[in-house]
Amino acid sequence: MLNRRAALTLGTALAASAALPVQAADDVLIIDNVELSGPGVTSGSQWKMGVDLAVGEINAAGGILGRKIKIQHLDNQSQAQIAKAVATKAVDEDPYVMLGPIFSGDVNVSMSVTENAEMPIFIGGEAGNLTTQGMKYLFRSSLNQASAMPKLANYLVKSGVKSLAVVWGANDFGKGGRDAMVKEMATRGIALAADISTEPGQMDFSAVVVNASKANADAIFAYMNEEECARFLIALKKLGTDKPVYGETVLVSQKVIELAGPAANGAKGHVGLSVDAPNPLVQEFGRKFEAAYKQKSDHNGIKGYTSVHLVKAVTEKLGKFDRKALAAAIHGGSFSAKTNPGLLMDVSFDEKGDLDRESYLAEVRNGQQVITETLPAVGKK
Amino acid sequence: MTDFLQLVIAGMATGGCYALAALGFTLLWQASGTVNFALGEMVMLPAFLMLFFINVVGLALPLAFVAAVGVALVVMGWGFKVAIVDPLIRHGVIPLVIATLGLSIAMKQTVKGVATAQVRTFPSIFSDTLLNVGGVHVSVGDIGTVVVACALVAGLQAFLGRTLTGRAMQAVAQNRDAAVVLGINVERMVLYAFLINALLAAVAALLITPVYLAKFDMGDTLGLKAFYAAIIGGFNNSRGALLGGLLVGVMENLVGAYVSSGYKEGVALALFMVVIVFRPQGLLGTVVERKV
Repeated sequence: MLNRRAALTLGTALAASAALPVQAADDVLIIDNVELSGPGVTSGSQWKMGVDLAVGEINAAGGILGRKIKIQHLDNQSQAQIAKAVATKAVDEDPYVMLGPIFSGDVNVSMSVTENAEMPIFIGGEAGNLTTQGMKYLFRSSLNQASAMPKLANYLVKSGVKSLAVVWGANDFGKGGRDAMVKEMATRGIALAADISTEPGQMDFSAVVVNASKANADAIFAYMNEEECARFLIALKKLGTDKPVYGETVLVSQKVIELAGPAANGAKGHVGLSVDAPNPLVQEFGRKFEAAYKQKSDHNGIKGYTSVHLVKAVTEKLGKFDRKALAAAIHGGSFSAKTNPGLLMDVSFDEKGDLDRESYLAEVRNGQQVITETLPAVGKK
Repeated sequence: MTDFLQLVIAGMATGGCYALAALGFTLLWQASGTVNFALGEMVMLPAFLMLFFINVVGLALPLAFVAAVGVALVVMGWGFKVAIVDPLIRHGVIPLVIATLGLSIAMKQTVKGVATAQVRTFPSIFSDTLLNVGGVHVSVGDIGTVVVACALVAGLQAFLGRTLTGRAMQAVAQNRDAAVVLGINVERMVLYAFLINALLAAVAALLITPVYLAKFDMGDTLGLKAFYAAIIGGFNNSRGALLGGLLVGVMENLVGAYVSSGYKEGVALALFMVVIVFRPQGLLGTVVERKV
C-alpha cells in the first residue's frame, strides 16, 4: 500500500510529466536553430516556413520510416553567441539532426558543438569558409559562395562589365561573398573600382550610393542581406543612379523584390534557388508556399523545405535512423528529384558538405523575377 | 559638387525625420520635465497602425494616416500621460526614465508578437519622381520630407508663440507654479504637449518608414539619433530640434561618403559629445539657472 509520502511523490511526478510537452515515443525530434528575430529575421522566417511546410507534408504522408517528425524551432536572435547556446541545448535534447542556422556567422560558432556531438546539421549559410574546416557532419542547403561567384563573374564578362564597384555587408556572409567575388574578378580582368562595406541593419544608404556611383565603374555588385539590399535599391532609385546593379541570389530574390518594390526593377544576378525557375517541382512548391503563407518563397524558403526532405530521402534510403550513416550517405551522394520529389531539384554533395545543382541567371522586370538562363550543375555526378 | 549637394539633400530628408522625433523630446521635457526613451517606438507604432488600417481594414494611405493619428493621440498621447507619466512623475525623473525604457521594450515585443518580426514595405505619400536640378538628382520624396518637417516646426513655433494656448503651454514650461497663479489649466497644457508629441511621431512614421521599412525594432536607431539631435540643438528649444536633426542627418551622409561608411553611425554621438563639452545648453538652447 502506498504511504502518504510515496503517494505525494508519485502525484507530483505525474503532474510534472503532464506539464511537459507531449512527444509520442516514436516521434523523431528535429531542432531548428533559426534566426527568428534580429537582423536575420527575414531569412529565418522564410526558412522556418519552408521547414514547417515540409514537416507538415511528410507527417501527413506518414512521417519518416513511419515516425512523425516533431520540429522544435529555437530562435537564435541572429546572434552568434545565442546560436551557439541553442546548438548546445539542441545537443542536450538529442535530436536526430539540427537544421540551421542561416547566417554564416551563426553557423561558424555553432558547428563545432554539433560536430563534437556527431550530429548532422543542415545549414543555410553560404560563406565559403564554412566547409573548409574539415567538418564531417555539416551540409549546405545552397551553393557555396565559391561555387556561385564564378557563375556570376562569367555573366558579368558576358555583359561587358570591365570594372565593378563592390558593396558588401560587414558580416561573415558579406565578407565571404566579397572575397570570393574579388578573387573571381581578378582572374577575369574585371577592375575593382570601389570596395564599400556597409553595416548589418544599416538604414540609410545615400552615402554608399554616392560613393558607388562616383567610382566610375561599369556596374555595381551588391552583396548584403535582404533588408539591406532592399534599402540599397531604394536609395539607388531615390538618388537617380542608373548604373546596372548585379547581385548573387539575395539581390534579386523574391523577398528583396517585395521589400524594394519598383526600385528592384532592372537588378540582375545569379540565383541558386528560385520559385520562378523553369522547373515544375519548384514551381509547384512555390504555389503551395504562397497558398499556405500568402507570400512568395525566396531561396531561404526552398532551402528549409529541401533540407527536411533531404533528411527524409536519405534516412529512408538507409532504412534506419543513424546519424553517422546519414552523414556518410550524404557525402559524395547524388539524389534525384525524380525519386524524391521533395528535393525539388537533382542535387549532389561532395566530401566537404558542399552541394552542386543547376542554377539560374535572373533579372527583375516589372516587379517580377524573370529567369533568363539556366546554368548546369558544375560537376553532375 | 553634384555628389555633395545630393548628399546634403538626402541627409536633410533623413535629418527632417530625426528632427520631428527630436521635437518630441524637447516638447515633453519643456512640458513635464520628462525624457521619453520610448520615442523611437512611438514612431514605430503608428507605422504599424497605418499598415493595419491599409492591409486589414482596407483604407487608403491618407485615411489610414488619419486613423493612426487618432489611435496615436489616445494611446501615445493621453494614455502615455495618464498611465505612465502622471503616477510616476511625483517620484522624480529617474523612475520615469526607467519606465519609458521598459515601455520601449514592451511596445517592441507587443508589435513583434502581433505583427511578427518580419520587415514590411510601407507606401510613400510622395511620388517616386526624380527631379534634375542643375545636374543634381533630387527625389520628390526627399524634398517633400524636408518641406513637411520644416513646415511642422514652423507651425509649432507659430502655435507656441502666437496663440493663447501656445503661450500658456510655454508659461507652464517656464514656471508651473506661476502658471497656476495666472489661472492656466496646467494639466490640460501638459496633455496638449503629449498629444502634439504623438502627432509628430505619427508624421515622422509616415515620412521615414517608406525608406527604413517597417520593422518592430525600427525605432531603436531613430530614437537614439533623435535624442542626440535634441541635445545638439538644445533641449529647451523647438528650432534647436530641427537644427540638431538636420545637422545629424547631413553630417552622417557627408562622413559616410567622404570619410568612411564605417564611421557614419558614430557621427551623432561625436557631435553630441562635442556639444556637451563646449556648449552644454545645445546650439540654440538657453542656459537655465536652478537653485539647489
